Amino acid sequence: MEALRQQFFNLAIMERALPLLLMGLRQTALLCLLLIPLGLFGGLLSALLSRSRVRPMRWLAMVAIDFFRAVPPLVLLIFIYSGLPFAGLRPSPLTAVAVAFFLNTSSYYGEIYRAGIESIPGGQWDAARSTGLSAGQAMIYVVLPQAVRNVLPDLISNTVEVVKLTSIASVVALPELLYSADMARSVTFNSSPLVLAAAIYLLMLWPVVRLVSRLERRIAT
Amino acid sequence: MEFHSAFLEAFFKWELIQRYFPAIMKGVGVTIEIAAAVVFTGICAGLALAVIRAFRARSINVVIVLFADAFRALPPLVLVLLVYFGLPNLGINLPSFAVLWIVLSLVLAAFCEEIFWAGILSIAKGQWEAARSTGLTFVATLAYVVLPQAVRLAVPPITNRTIAITKNTALGTVIGVGEILNQATTAQSFSGNATPLMMGAIAYVILFIPVVVLGRFIETRFRWRRA
Repeated sequence: MEALRQQFFNLAIMERALPLLLMGLRQTALLCLLLIPLGLFGGLLSALLSRSRVRPMRWLAMVAIDFFRAVPPLVLLIFIYSGLPFAGLRPSPLTAVAVAFFLNTSSYYGEIYRAGIESIPGGQWDAARSTGLSAGQAMIYVVLPQAVRNVLPDLISNTVEVVKLTSIASVVALPELLYSADMARSVTFNSSPLVLAAAIYLLMLWPVVRLVSRLERRIAT
Repeated sequence: MEFHSAFLEAFFKWELIQRYFPAIMKGVGVTIEIAAAVVFTGICAGLALAVIRAFRARSINVVIVLFADAFRALPPLVLVLLVYFGLPNLGINLPSFAVLWIVLSLVLAAFCEEIFWAGILSIAKGQWEAARSTGLTFVATLAYVVLPQAVRLAVPPITNRTIAITKNTALGTVIGVGEILNQATTAQSFSGNATPLMMGAIAYVILFIPVVVLGRFIETRFRWRRA
């Protein structure tokens, strides 16, 4: 029991690691501010492309979505970060993370938007078009607002996944929360900084996880 | 033309493809083994927890909900590092593949518990009452009336979640599990060439495209159709 306290809940070590972890938390927050809008935008783009009237465009979008859902995000990130230099491109850790996340999260968000758009009955389209709205206007003012509302729990739960996924940026030495915690662990030979990082993630995401559970249940009944 | 051959040289060098093919295939084997183990233990544990929760014993349910929430909110990589570096300090030494298996199983169990539980809740109360009034016991009602429907409702979301978590086997590379990504990065640093990384990526695509397509099929096949 004493060993458990010493190794996992060592307050003295946690106190020393806290400033470093808070700097990491700042990086994680900035990453989220960059990656979530990027994914939401890319997702919308891929959803619209996968419903395009031009057939090759539609196929291309579908193939890209399935491809990037099949490759684990960590594989994509390492491929971009340490594979592309062999082709003469040297992405910084941040660029590599942004590109990998854009490709990966866009395809997940895209599938969610697509389900949402398909949940809107065709009559809504016809009605919107018959009032004189253009196809683009019908999409933006009539279909999308309802579609997003229908899949809101999925969008939020995917966003939780994106926030959790930022932790893989530590593998390419981007100093976010997990990277800082693991640095502190390797310096102190003690797991308490990792426990502290886990606590910070919990503090950030637990309320959202609860919210998602409640939203999903309301829709299921 | 010159760029073309430089590109082939860096990403598709035939000599390296031949040399590292066995290593990548070994990685494929390890990935499949761990993924299969995680899918089995994770889904079984999740179903078991949801069934226990159906008995509505308050103190036990608090523990189950806390577990499910925590393992849904924590990034798997944090858990992997915590267990891998933490347990030896307590005198428990587990091989790295066991750490990966346990952590991913717990994460999958947490998500499955929530999904199965949502399925159980979505069965109308009248069905419980009707089943009980025919003389079925609580356990029999759960087993023969509620669970068959609940599990069916849970199939699409469970499939998606399972696919996502199976791909997390790639996280094992961080703690040295010899799965595909690990074999590929090792070979890349030995050969000083990106060909093994390309092989690893292709191996993942070949392995997971059928799974993703199957997931899409299951999703449409089992869509919320309540008889």
